[in-house]
Amino acid sequence: MIKFFDMDFKNRDIISINDFSKEELLQILKVVRQVESRPKAPLLKGRILATLFFEPSTRTRLSFSSAMEQLGGEVIGFSNANVTSIQKGESLWDTIKMTEQYADIIVIRHPLEGSARLAAEAASIPVINGGDGANQHPTQTLLDLYTIQKTKGNLDGLHIGFVGDLKYGRTVHSLAIALSHFNPVFYFIAPDGLQIPENYTDELFRKKIRYFKTADLNRFAKELDVLYVTRIQKERFPDPLEYEKFRGIYRIDEPFLQNVKKDLKIMHPLPRVDEIEKSVDNTIHAAYFEQAANGIPVRKALLALMLGKIK
Amino acid sequence: MMRKKPKKSKAREMVKAKKSAPATPEEAKRELKISAIDEGTVIDHIPTDAAFKVVEILDLENHKGIVSIATNLQSKSIGRKGIVKVGGKSLTQNEVNKIAIVAPDATVNIIKNYGVREKIKVKTPDVIDNVIKCSNPVCITNNEQIATKFYVVKKDPLKIKCHYCERSMGKDDIEII
Repeated sequence: MIKFFDMDFKNRDIISINDFSKEELLQILKVVRQVESRPKAPLLKGRILATLFFEPSTRTRLSFSSAMEQLGGEVIGFSNANVTSIQKGESLWDTIKMTEQYADIIVIRHPLEGSARLAAEAASIPVINGGDGANQHPTQTLLDLYTIQKTKGNLDGLHIGFVGDLKYGRTVHSLAIALSHFNPVFYFIAPDGLQIPENYTDELFRKKIRYFKTADLNRFAKELDVLYVTRIQKERFPDPLEYEKFRGIYRIDEPFLQNVKKDLKIMHPLPRVDEIEKSVDNTIHAAYFEQAANGIPVRKALLALMLGKIK
Repeated sequence: MMRKKPKKSKAREMVKAKKSAPATPEEAKRELKISAIDEGTVIDHIPTDAAFKVVEILDLENHKGIVSIATNLQSKSIGRKGIVKVGGKSLTQNEVNKIAIVAPDATVNIIKNYGVREKIKVKTPDVIDNVIKCSNPVCITNNEQIATKFYVVKKDPLKIKCHYCERSMGKDDIEII
């Protein structure tokens, strides 16, 4: 029996990767490919995107703005909450109610977790989560998925390693959940204090996904199809000494690449500090700059889908 | 010792209280302190550590009628249990749902004229609206005036997930609003 899914993304919100089925994820990736083949199509002429960035962001805000402008639309918004009425005590709910009068779609980044979900409930126009604290950053996950699909040819049955800060890194959590639709094998490479939280491994266990945990980067190096590297986030450590303990613990360099599959792809959500040596940039393994570039077609596809210009 | 099983609808609440023989003189003493009520609600089979949570949920500190609380009573089904008796109060569905969160095996007995008029087995709801505070200090619900909402992921032991910040919480993290 053919199963039909409601694939209409018009007016839908993009808040959490957990809200999407496997079929919906694949459909979005298909649209990204279409959009990438027509980079200058003026699909969103006359439409306005509001970018509400309550905390700093470079890549996400600029790539959303660029995506909207490439599609012929306009961008309004702010990148510093200090210049808004929030300073005067305005609630997030009221800020969103006000913004929806001025725009057709909203992207929000906010330090409080769940803020994007609340914004979506307040707004009658579509809302995209551009990062809510340590919780979700679904457009990053979609561009990560797209990068894997594009560089590896498919998403099914891949051996994926995650290395670095797996405790606080929201990109790792969301990507692991999204990839769990595609029968992967996961390798979580981190020291004890930064390993992936149990609630995620519990979920993988429930979904019968095979995974390994290790602190040794070289232990499973030969098995990997993709290695997703993350930065040890200094800002997450209340004690600087604790940060120093973990700093520079893993380094992807040319000697490491001697022991990996020829077609291993290395990804990183960027910015990097010292996790990946510059010499790796010119190898066939480096996929992180392509990954960053994929942010544009992914965000263009989402904007066009949610505004009903592509089905 | 054989005892006659009281009829379900007309069972005397006093009989019910005496049904299981006290194991020790201390327990006998404790049992004596739980007086019968003519009208109200008896919440039975509360996990012994949750009896005071039930008191908090029902805001019984401010209740004007009789309130009896007993903990560490012997129970065949849950080992040690608590009982809360509230004179002159019937529970709303919302209150029953709240009790289910801290006492999933509790029985709510509605008492009329010293008899059990109705017995309600509490049921953990699938969605818990505006009852629990999110334990995540950076959750939007702790910073903006909005109702909380949790999805029940697992009923026993209770595991819930915040609709907003998506964090999971266990039984020990639960704080009633």
